[in-house]
Amino acid sequence: MSTSRRPLPVWADIILLPLINIALAFIVVGIIVEIIGVDPFQALGLLVTGAVGSSESIGYTLYYATNFIFTGLAVSVAFHAGLFNIGGEGQAYIGGLGCGLAILAFDRFLPAWLLVPIAIAAAALFGAAWAAVPAWLQASRGSHIVITTIMFNFVASALMVYLMVNVLIAPGSMTPQSRGFAPSAALPVLLGSTLNLSIALALACCVAVWIFLWHTSWGYALRTMGHNPAAAVYAGTNLKRMTMLAMCLSGALAGLVSVNELMGVQHRILLDFQAGYGFAGIAVALMGRSHPLGVVLAALLFGALQQGGAELSFDIPGITREMVVVIQGLVILFSGALEHLPRPWLQAVLARRP
Amino acid sequence: MQVLKPGGLANEGAAIELRSIDKSFGAVHAVRDVSMRIDAGRITGIVGENGAGKSTLMSILYGLYRADAGEILVGGAPLQMDSPRDAIAHGIGMVHQHFMLIDSFTVLENLVLGAEGGPLLAGGMAAARAELERLGREYGLWVDPDALVADLSVGEQQRVEILKVLFRGARILVLDEPSAVLTPQETEQLFRILTTLKERGVTVVLITHKLREIMATTDQVYVMRQGAIVASRATRDTNPEELAELMVGRKVLTRLDKAPARHGEVVLRTDHLSLVDARGVTLLQDIGLEVRAGEIVGIAGVSGNGQTELLQILSGIRTPSAGTVEVGGRVFDSAHPATPAEMRALGLAHVPEDRLRQGMVGAFSASETAILGYHEDAPFTNNYLLDGPAVGEHCADLMQRFDVRPRAPGLRSSSFSGGNQQKLVLAREMDQAPKVLLVGQPTRGVDIGAIEFIHRELVKSRDAGCAVLVVSVELEEILSLADRILVMFAGRIVGEVAPAEANERQLGLMMAGAQAAA
Repeated sequence: MSTSRRPLPVWADIILLPLINIALAFIVVGIIVEIIGVDPFQALGLLVTGAVGSSESIGYTLYYATNFIFTGLAVSVAFHAGLFNIGGEGQAYIGGLGCGLAILAFDRFLPAWLLVPIAIAAAALFGAAWAAVPAWLQASRGSHIVITTIMFNFVASALMVYLMVNVLIAPGSMTPQSRGFAPSAALPVLLGSTLNLSIALALACCVAVWIFLWHTSWGYALRTMGHNPAAAVYAGTNLKRMTMLAMCLSGALAGLVSVNELMGVQHRILLDFQAGYGFAGIAVALMGRSHPLGVVLAALLFGALQQGGAELSFDIPGITREMVVVIQGLVILFSGALEHLPRPWLQAVLARRP
Repeated sequence: MQVLKPGGLANEGAAIELRSIDKSFGAVHAVRDVSMRIDAGRITGIVGENGAGKSTLMSILYGLYRADAGEILVGGAPLQMDSPRDAIAHGIGMVHQHFMLIDSFTVLENLVLGAEGGPLLAGGMAAARAELERLGREYGLWVDPDALVADLSVGEQQRVEILKVLFRGARILVLDEPSAVLTPQETEQLFRILTTLKERGVTVVLITHKLREIMATTDQVYVMRQGAIVASRATRDTNPEELAELMVGRKVLTRLDKAPARHGEVVLRTDHLSLVDARGVTLLQDIGLEVRAGEIVGIAGVSGNGQTELLQILSGIRTPSAGTVEVGGRVFDSAHPATPAEMRALGLAHVPEDRLRQGMVGAFSASETAILGYHEDAPFTNNYLLDGPAVGEHCADLMQRFDVRPRAPGLRSSSFSGGNQQKLVLAREMDQAPKVLLVGQPTRGVDIGAIEFIHRELVKSRDAGCAVLVVSVELEEILSLADRILVMFAGRIVGEVAPAEANERQLGLMMAGAQAAA
């Protein structure tokens, strides 16, 4: 007789439990907002209208969500392989370098239908390459991937500053930015906001990741390694090769953030365009249970918080940008670190009604 | 054996009485209306298959679970057991199957853990040392108080567990499958200790599924099946056959019927195989063995004497330091090592010793576990795409043929009982009609009914011309299954014995390294 309770049904695990976690987070947020002297219901109202009140705000929410989908998927794929990729930040940054270099090299003479796929491929390739080094160090030298990927974030950051200031800066410019891309590299904008066609790419990636992980023999081997490396060895999987594969896929997905940011919005290479998305991807993956559908839902929530929070700090002077970060932090705390808090209670409730 | 009249003693003779204990986990009715009387100063056995409810019942007694209904009486007084602390306060102590010791602490430090007796260690430690010596004298349980637990043998570690319980003042000792990790000699020692404890007035409850141990030590035995007590017997009035039948609910063949082996050609051969690990410790030395088609070769030995490493090398998981492995005519050595995938392609199937750690993925569905290692082969995978329906049908078919219960290919692998997990892994490996079948601990943690089935399947494989190599720490299993027995000790094969001439005592001595065959 097992000592553990019956596991939750899937729907409760990936939908109900996260909703309860979010509700708990918002209750705590409400208490804090009350303490600093703002009506929590008014703040909540402003947050919601700021995020989904108009087609424009919905556009911004979805634009943010696009980034979160890419990094959330990146962390999820690595996580299924038992690897904790903290380097989404750096991989997105270097992905942007690849994307930008490809466009700067070809935008004068390639048509859009050729240029855009090349730029997307370059973003993925550079992101993958940046993840491949820590992956190789882990696979062949046993250097822990958490440590090396964090280090590689700093290396990426330093490298980009150097390149932007000394090499890629537009001639005569005082700010460290490259020259603007040709219009042929721009993705179509939607809903009159920064939302662009890269959201379609993000959703396509979700489907592709789902097929890969659960419907291919490689995905099967990757998940086997993540759950039970000894069983993977027994099954004949080459762990080194599989580690490389998982991290390269993860890095490639993170690299695609630059498709949204550079090709969709900024139309040039610039510093820190990826700021924060790589790390937020960890929370998105945790909250989304590393499942593509869950990642989409979590990314929508984080996008809404980002957009609604910006509006909130704009409208209520008492709530600063930092306060918005606190709100996001609490959501991450409750849905990430404390995600199992309501689980025993929920199991007990559901067990009573089979 | 001291003879106590069982009748007419009322509460005076009962250390513990359980009255109508009932416990459910969700839809599973784990313990059904169990009433039981555990006599003071005697050894009471509880037998039953895995999942019969023995451990749940004892967990209720120890305060780990709370019963849904029923009463517990200790020394005649009804008690509320809410936590192990209550149980300990009433003199009940439990020795778990998996030791709860801290390896890097000394025996004494482990002993005082949780009973330090004040913020400063020194006083408590001195008192504990005196108490440990007293216990050692009184019960013949001597262990060096300053030895590190990591340096002790498994049998000694178990003694520390028993001492820990006595140290906390227990007069009622519950042991859960105590012999699972012991050699035959250590098991005998344990039984001598239990007998001494009994003579000193300690009440012992022994939970096991090994009937031989019940017959050798207990005074009284309760048989559990599907959560209920199906029989209670005075041990001297029963026999193993009757108990086995009561446990399983039908007649059980304790002896395996098999025809003599028809030897074919050698399909698995090793020559001067050695393994030295990264720290320079020799794990295997000069292993030479041959397995022919149509025979079962058994490797006996106390666990940790190189059997695990031998299986790893033979299955391609580990590379030997020297020597060769030959499978189906292909020769591998340290310069040209085999991979598990290559070995599988050569027709070598492997049921690993530790199915949970190696043979399956607990979080996967049963149907996913049922293709582990064959996941890239047709019909499961075509052009890199997994064929979900084919995988599901395959699993349903295996479950049907190997009687895996419940027949639910979509259920998480970890939700199956140990015996059914083992049958699933065995089914997966045997289904490929292998030329060589490596089996580590074929029936570890498996019920009597399933053991019989697994043994018959292994013999069936043999008769179909498969070369079978079985590694087991269960001597009885080796004796009934194997056509030839090899004994391993300290990384070497120390002798070969024909089962007809072997007896447990002689094999036990060889396993302990006392008598290496010349």
